[in-house]
Amino acid sequence: MLVKLCLRGMETLELTQEEQFQARIDADVRIEPKDWMPDAYRKTLIRQISQHAHSELVGMLPEGNWITRAPSLKRKSILLAKVQDEAGHGLYLYSAAETLGASRDQMLADLHSGKAKYSSIFNYPTLSWADMGCVGWLVDGAAILNQVPLCRTSYGPYARAMVRVCKEESFHQRQGFEIMQTLCEGSPEQKAMAQEGLNRWWWPTLMMFGPKDSESPNTAQSMNWRIKRFTNDELRQKFVDMMVPQAEFLGLTVPDPNLKWNEAKQGYDFGDVDWEEFWNVVKGNGLCNQERLQARVQAHEEGAWVREAALAHAEKRKQREEAKAVAA
Amino acid sequence: MMTDSPMPAPAAAAPTPETPAQLFAYVLQLADTSLILAHRLSEWCGHGPILEQDLAMANIALDLLGEARSYYQYAAELEGQGRTEDDLAYLRSAVEYRNPLLVEQPNGDFAHTIVRQFIYDCFHYHLLLQLKSGPDAQLAAIAEKSVKEAAYHIKWSSEWVIRLGDGTEESRRRVEKALGNLWRYAGELTTPSATEKALQAAGYLPDYAPLQQQIDAHAARVFEEATLPVPQGVFMQKGGKDGRHSEHLGYLLAELQYLQRTYPGLQW
Ligand SMILES: [Fe+2]
Ligand SMILES: [Fe+2]
Ligand SMILES: [Fe+2]
Repeated sequence: MLVKLCLRGMETLELTQEEQFQARIDADVRIEPKDWMPDAYRKTLIRQISQHAHSELVGMLPEGNWITRAPSLKRKSILLAKVQDEAGHGLYLYSAAETLGASRDQMLADLHSGKAKYSSIFNYPTLSWADMGCVGWLVDGAAILNQVPLCRTSYGPYARAMVRVCKEESFHQRQGFEIMQTLCEGSPEQKAMAQEGLNRWWWPTLMMFGPKDSESPNTAQSMNWRIKRFTNDELRQKFVDMMVPQAEFLGLTVPDPNLKWNEAKQGYDFGDVDWEEFWNVVKGNGLCNQERLQARVQAHEEGAWVREAALAHAEKRKQREEAKAVAA
Repeated sequence: MMTDSPMPAPAAAAPTPETPAQLFAYVLQLADTSLILAHRLSEWCGHGPILEQDLAMANIALDLLGEARSYYQYAAELEGQGRTEDDLAYLRSAVEYRNPLLVEQPNGDFAHTIVRQFIYDCFHYHLLLQLKSGPDAQLAAIAEKSVKEAAYHIKWSSEWVIRLGDGTEESRRRVEKALGNLWRYAGELTTPSATEKALQAAGYLPDYAPLQQQIDAHAARVFEEATLPVPQGVFMQKGGKDGRHSEHLGYLLAELQYLQRTYPGLQW
């Protein structure tokens, strides 16, 4: 590609905007808000970043569900801090998307209308305390694998937001693992709670990496733009290879009869994800899809008068100050 | 917006034989109060009207939770019976809880939460200013740390009372309604219980009359800016600090204590 561009450059000493853009990407030069970028790049990024922001926001709900029931004051405070971090992640990411010209109001409207998606994992219910362990250990673990490469993504504000996000996510994963470890070292009931949690969360977390590469049409373009750096299947494989030894360490059984170490590929072979379930949850038929969205819509609608009041007050204040300035 | 009237000199402590037990009871009351309000605020997490305010409420809840833990740990130490912070928080029933009625009141709408917070912050901030120069070193150390957080809380809730009072017609109607519901719980905060009276007599707690003046002065300034009338002639409820609670606390504790009660004696 570069060779071709160079040859052409010598011919005409001129590259099209699109070619210059791709050359910068290929040279790993960060794209910044004021730089020219193809429309499709901008749109893809807005979709991806806002989807990520929405995931942080909706992701507060399944864990928020256990803050009031956390079994010790220490766990309660760690969990509350964690969910608060997710709100912070949402904020950084909405700001990153705003640098591309998207407005937070519009992004939220798209979330509320169902037009924009968020990570399907949050459409699964959190049913026991072990789920706080599983979400931290597995879901944040999967998120880290998805997100660490994004710290080097081509769009500057997104990459910088992700550096902050990833730092906190690894803390989240550690605390999730610690919950699991405490349960596994605890009473038989606690250990059963941990295993039952793993049984429910294992497959949905594998789904977090998205459809199979063969069914992921946008992957090639996103990789070319360096918005994405690994394919879905590559990341899924990494996740399994990373998590199976951790589950073994905990003394838990991964609920996959086809899971087997493959010496030749130096990785695990594993069973096929239930893709029918995956597409169903994506389409809105997960157990909690409706509740999660309703919770967000309700918070937004019930907050409308608060936002209006804040605006009205700011306006009154401004007018009073202007009046004062005129009088003075 | 903050009160900066000079602090009275620390009262000279004259401990009596009952002081350790009274101090334990009082520290527990402070712990319960912070925990219950943190619990209520944490119910907002993920459901706030604006993402930034969701964060702010979680932040205040975390501060209060941290403060509660410091008090519980100190209470456990004062008691010296081997109970832990979690034993004190998770294994006492509603009648044993000593928080004032205000903090256990449900969230209601955002205005209701703000008004509850504002009433509490006015008391909490000004109390901590006193406690941090009190004669009990441990209590003073906790207050010293917490007062910085409480200064942020009172700023936050005062600003929201002003915004809502002097915002739209609807916000004003809502904040007035919340005041109508909640003002009756304000009096208990500065009405000393038997324990508090004893500790005041022993010089461990400040007299509440000057504290009340500081609170009133701050509240009056905020209400004025919010263009809200200061509630007058309201009959004040009390009882929480003596374990006579509203019906809400039982449900709150059922939720808070559920795992510890279901699986007694485990580590989490
Ligand atoms: Fe995330
Ligand atoms: Fe996050
Ligand atoms: Fe996280």
